[in-house]
Amino acid sequence: MSDIDRLFTKLRSENRKAFMPFITAGDPDLEFSADVIRELAARGCSMCEVGIPYSDPIADGPVIQASYTRALDKKIKLAQILEMLDGLQSDVSMPRVTMVSYAIIYRHGLECYVADAKAAGVAGAIVPDLLVEEADEFAEICRREDFSLIQLVTPTTPRERAVRIAASSTGFLYYVSVTGITGERTQLPPSLIDNVGWLREQTKLPICIGFGVSKPEHVDLLAPVSDGLIVGSAIVRRIAEAANRPRDEVLQEVGKYSASLLAALESSSN
Amino acid sequence: MNVVAGAQWLLEYRLDHLRRPTENRTNCFLAPDEIHMSTSTTKLGEASANVPDEAGRFGEFGGRYVPETLTRALDELSAEYSKAKKDASFQSELEGLWHNYVGRPSPLYHAKRLSEECGGAQIWLKREDLNHTGAHKINNTLGQALLTMRMGKKRVIAETGAGQHGVATATACARFGLPCVVYMGAEDVRRQAPNVFSMKLLGAEVRPVESGSRTLRDAINEAMRDWMSSVEDTHYIIGSVVGPHPFPMIVRDFQAVIGRETREQSLHRIGRLPDLVVACVGGGSNAAGMFYPFVEDRDVEMIGIEAGGRGSEPGDHASPLSFGEPGILHGSYSYVMQDEDGQTCDVHSMSAGLDYPGVGPEHSYWKATGRVRYTNCRDGEAMKGFDALARCEGILPALESSHAISKTMELAAARSKDEVVVVCLSGRGDKDANEIARLKEKANS
Repeated sequence: MSDIDRLFTKLRSENRKAFMPFITAGDPDLEFSADVIRELAARGCSMCEVGIPYSDPIADGPVIQASYTRALDKKIKLAQILEMLDGLQSDVSMPRVTMVSYAIIYRHGLECYVADAKAAGVAGAIVPDLLVEEADEFAEICRREDFSLIQLVTPTTPRERAVRIAASSTGFLYYVSVTGITGERTQLPPSLIDNVGWLREQTKLPICIGFGVSKPEHVDLLAPVSDGLIVGSAIVRRIAEAANRPRDEVLQEVGKYSASLLAALESSSN
Repeated sequence: MNVVAGAQWLLEYRLDHLRRPTENRTNCFLAPDEIHMSTSTTKLGEASANVPDEAGRFGEFGGRYVPETLTRALDELSAEYSKAKKDASFQSELEGLWHNYVGRPSPLYHAKRLSEECGGAQIWLKREDLNHTGAHKINNTLGQALLTMRMGKKRVIAETGAGQHGVATATACARFGLPCVVYMGAEDVRRQAPNVFSMKLLGAEVRPVESGSRTLRDAINEAMRDWMSSVEDTHYIIGSVVGPHPFPMIVRDFQAVIGRETREQSLHRIGRLPDLVVACVGGGSNAAGMFYPFVEDRDVEMIGIEAGGRGSEPGDHASPLSFGEPGILHGSYSYVMQDEDGQTCDVHSMSAGLDYPGVGPEHSYWKATGRVRYTNCRDGEAMKGFDALARCEGILPALESSHAISKTMELAAARSKDEVVVVCLSGRGDKDANEIARLKEKANS
């Protein structure tokens, strides 16, 4: 059982849903990333998805892309990110997972990535460019090491294939709400509820929804059908302001925004 | 090629291979003992033409590393292409277009004055520069435009570096009435202005890409992002033998008309196959198209020329096969210029079409099997190739092709007069006139 499995067991027994903010590691610097993670934990977030900056992220919209570029411009390295995460182990119990390109995992070495991430207290990985066909070797290592490999299902995924992806995932299943890249959206597709509802009948794995989620209305809509929600660009956009504003203020704002979505999630769960 | 010469270049290849890890240590890579990767299991000389497999693997290279959102479209494309391949009417429509619209077959031309100038082997040029739109790119875009319509898709997107693929895509789209958006790095928009103008005249929308290094690599990222949202009704006409399966296979197959014609023309005009075939390699589409039909002609030696840029330091060249390591970029596993974290390195070439940190997976396979040898040509040397072809033969080559011309001259000079070297003249140089004037002025000041 990884920290993620334990988290969902607990949440399900309490009839609650997970709230998972995404942040880009090293934007604007690693010290601030650590502060944000502590703030999110203090506000009661369930888990934090830590984006490892990548030079060529094709699944990401302009907000997350720009945050990756800012972090990479500062020459932030994977080893430093893991060191920052390691430093949270003593005082943050909220689980952390990495969102990381397979280009980075491959370069680092599959076994080494899992070993080093685990040593830094990371519970799993979301690998947006690793398809189920190519995932066998890495999935096997993750399973052996009790490191969750969270895979993605999208609106374009045929149903048979979705079942196959669910079977090869651990931790939770990431349902991508839209056909497109990451980024805030006013409206989510109407077929979303039905698709997630169907998928829930196919797997015991928790299902969390991400991409485009940013408003309390989205929370009201999606909470009943899912086990949790992932919010990325809306958080990263707020953190981006840390470059020009007092950091404490930005930290408070990110905290307050997360708290508002958390409150919406709690009320729609009950 | 005789047996002795063959043994010699294999030996050179092996020595080259043995030297490489030491060089890599100075090239932003980990020392070999710190790299945790599977090593090649293929042996020298075993390259097959029967690749890729179902999973899109050329030996260990290729595959599909993209977001799940794109899988359905890639499966759809694979299925449609395999139907089209067996469909005689598809083949005859494409061949008709190649013949009547592009002007194929392109000539195989004996460059006698250039050969004399070098004083060695005979140099023959495969004249892809004479195709409609001035480069080999149109061979592929017409094929993919037909596939677009077969799949019932209504819109086309493309990336472009030098602008040749952008123009060829815009042309095919105009020919079939398909709306077309071309992504192009802002730096390339600047240095390839005439092609930007042509694309607009052809009715395409050109979207400059300001992210990253503002070159071909970023244009591919942006086209992929567009496709992530538009995949239901849009086909992405990728311009090289790169990207996720089935693109490297489809683009190679459409470009293979270059090598097939060269093979027939050699037999007909020279009475035998060439001893050596040379082509420039960026993503590698003209080279893949030229080399592929010769893969199982073991006596034909093949050399791919990468962009050596300003030198061998990282950031100064665009030669992943010469200086890189296998890794993942733009959906496939192939040689790439990456740092120790897997971040793609910035690369440099004076030619926009070669200014790319990755290379098609089949080239990695040919390198691993030793079937094709890869070397590189620096900016200044390529410029000499450009000048020589202009003055000896009255042909202005594209800057990309000038890299192949320059190395061919060097290789021909060292060979006997009865040997035959064919070089792919992949495009014409009109598009580069302003950039060449700028570079020459800079060199003289």
